[in-house]
Amino acid sequence: MKPHHRSQQKSEPNQATDTSAARGVKARAFKAAFPYTIPIFTGFVFLGIAYGIYMNISGFPPIYPIVMSALIFGGSMEFIAVSLLLSRFNPLGTLLLTLMVHTRHIFYGISMLDKYKDTGKKKAYLIFGMCDESFSINYTADVPKNIDKGWFYFFVTMLNHCYWVLGATLGGVFGELIGFDIEGLEFVMTALLVVIFLDNWIKEKNHISSLSGIALTLICLIIFGSDNFLLPSMICILLFLTIIRRKLEPKLESKDQGENVSEANTDDINETDKTEKGDTAS
Amino acid sequence: MTILQQCITIAIIIAATVFTRAVAFVAFPADKPTPKYIQYLGKALPGAAFGMLVIYCLKDCSLFSATHALPELLSIGVICLLHFWKKNMFLSIVGGTAVYMVLVNFFF
Repeated sequence: MKPHHRSQQKSEPNQATDTSAARGVKARAFKAAFPYTIPIFTGFVFLGIAYGIYMNISGFPPIYPIVMSALIFGGSMEFIAVSLLLSRFNPLGTLLLTLMVHTRHIFYGISMLDKYKDTGKKKAYLIFGMCDESFSINYTADVPKNIDKGWFYFFVTMLNHCYWVLGATLGGVFGELIGFDIEGLEFVMTALLVVIFLDNWIKEKNHISSLSGIALTLICLIIFGSDNFLLPSMICILLFLTIIRRKLEPKLESKDQGENVSEANTDDINETDKTEKGDTAS
Repeated sequence: MTILQQCITIAIIIAATVFTRAVAFVAFPADKPTPKYIQYLGKALPGAAFGMLVIYCLKDCSLFSATHALPELLSIGVICLLHFWKKNMFLSIVGGTAVYMVLVNFFF
């Protein structure tokens, strides 16, 4: 208990007591967070440049992609925003469209309630920067015990944010001057999300939720088409998980690894190990 | 659109985005007990959300297109093999992306 308590004190230093020890906590968290964000560096800089160029050739000065990438920080919506800005002024339509495209963030918020609980002043920024990738990394990453979780989450979010703004700025300023035909590099984001899905798959005791996410979304994609499938998918997932709650809930009980693992829970850990081995073998 | 209308449009997008990210935290503050149903969703949803995101990335692939989505499916196969074999996030991502780039540039 003691080291945990101490690290929590360090994580929220007053400005006056920002000693070298507190800086050490941040430096360690930064070093732990950075490797997780390297794939996102590639993906975000690449997609950010594409977005900046798109804004550029649509006739917007560089300040637009720079401000929008920094303040919206949500890839798909920023691409959609270009066509919104080029059509007739429609505030209500803009509001509804954004809410619809970003409804999935409500899912992320519910999932991160517990992990972001004790992050103090950093919480506001963590919530602001909770894009698909920051959520995915911060939910699945195994933060080492000696690393402050709050600062780890903070640096993952901040680095992702920087990469995205960097890419959008490069694309917005240099536009078509950038030789830009590395075909296939955009797949790095798909690869990242597949790996995150697999990581979560290996850790979870029960695969019903993961499988339903794939299956229900696929069915909705086929029925509703690639422009309108997200909202129906989320409704189906929510309904499905609600219906199977009684069966699924007991099977999720021991998923709390990390924070709440005490000596009494060693049985659960052993079980998780067994499931992991079983999955790898299959 | 005038500059002012553009600014309003961008501001609405920012506000709506922040709303979707913050609403769960505002509705269920840390100092009050979170309803059991929401706690359950917090544990049950992530798997489904990751599955949904994978499909979301692949939404523009079609089995009936010229490539029959083969580059995507083969690359994802490689990622799965690499990841269950080595469990190294970076290796799986780099390997899968490299295979995809080779496939789309030289074979399809």
